[in-house]
Amino acid sequence: MKIVREALAGTLESSDLMVRIAPHPDLEIVLQSEVMRQFGAQIEAVARDTLDKLGVTAALVVIEDKGALDCVIRARLQTVVQRAAEEWTAEWSALS
Amino acid sequence: MKLRRSMLFMPGSNAAMLSTAFVFKPDSVMFDLEDAVSLREKDAARMLTFHALRSGLYDGIETVVRINPLSSPFGMADLEAVVRAGVEVVRLPKTDSADDVHRLETEVERIERACGRAVGSTRLMAAIESASGVINAVSIASASKRLIGIALAAFDYVMDMQTERGDGTELYYARCAVLHAARCARIDAFDVVFPDVNDDAGFLKEVDLIRRLGFNGKSLINPRQIELLHNAYAPTVEEVDYARRVVAAAEQAETQGLGVIALNGKMIDAPIVEHARVVLRRAAAGGTRK
Repeated sequence: MKIVREALAGTLESSDLMVRIAPHPDLEIVLQSEVMRQFGAQIEAVARDTLDKLGVTAALVVIEDKGALDCVIRARLQTVVQRAAEEWTAEWSALS
Repeated sequence: MKLRRSMLFMPGSNAAMLSTAFVFKPDSVMFDLEDAVSLREKDAARMLTFHALRSGLYDGIETVVRINPLSSPFGMADLEAVVRAGVEVVRLPKTDSADDVHRLETEVERIERACGRAVGSTRLMAAIESASGVINAVSIASASKRLIGIALAAFDYVMDMQTERGDGTELYYARCAVLHAARCARIDAFDVVFPDVNDDAGFLKEVDLIRRLGFNGKSLINPRQIELLHNAYAPTVEEVDYARRVVAAAEQAETQGLGVIALNGKMIDAPIVEHARVVLRRAAAGGTRK
């Protein structure tokens, strides 16, 4: 899925995250988290897996995590891609 | 016995509430995609709710989603998401007629077939929020076998009636009409939200009224109200003790082939025995009043 505009999703409230996305030559993820030491690798893995399933291969993704569960991370990333993509083509069955 | 005393509302866009509300153990949780979500967050709320439903966080708690009206730009996308995510009950807002339920049922069945979900496994609830809805409550309540209940929603209803929330007088006819419609259709009936979360005494007074009227439960907007509500709905120790003696007397009469049931010299008729069994089932499912 091609990212063609900047977009934002989520909040900076506890148990949530804010994610910004913008067009970029390749896929770059910048992650900040209050639980970076314990869960940083897991959060990035969930983010990469979510973007991979959406076919997003080129974008700058900036995540500011406030202790979100995996299901919230996926939801926020899918929302921001939906808002930034040229065309949203994902099936619900591919979003789990 | 499925208890539906408490239905906790939460905005589908609130990640923190979606991540934690299961700890309060309401009988049902209702993710709201409609009035509690701003227009620009409809997409985010739908996605969060989709994942919350699939996460397993709410296993053991009945999941309900209030979708946007199917006539709105959001309703159909909401329905696609939540049926595919495995929601147990879809709550239709602003139900004015049986046709609204029929249309919802048609779309739900189409989505079930498309995603491989068992046809009929998605249950429905209709929220009645207008004078038309109250007048048509009987036909709404019997419009689909998928319906598990109908709910009165007060905010829109009192506006439609050109009045405002007060001591409950303004809801008297609607409560009775919705309740009777539900009982005719053998489905559950849910009362309105009590809006002042700091007024426990007022909340309990309203709970006492709707419990005595016969409502199965109530919509809630604050988790603090759950324990108060469950306790008010629980039978007392004395009621449970009396119910046990009634059921024992009925079983003894049946064993002895007696047509008349007596307890302490008083005749007990069949409705009292059935009520006693309901009291025991409620106690088994939810304990006794503290």
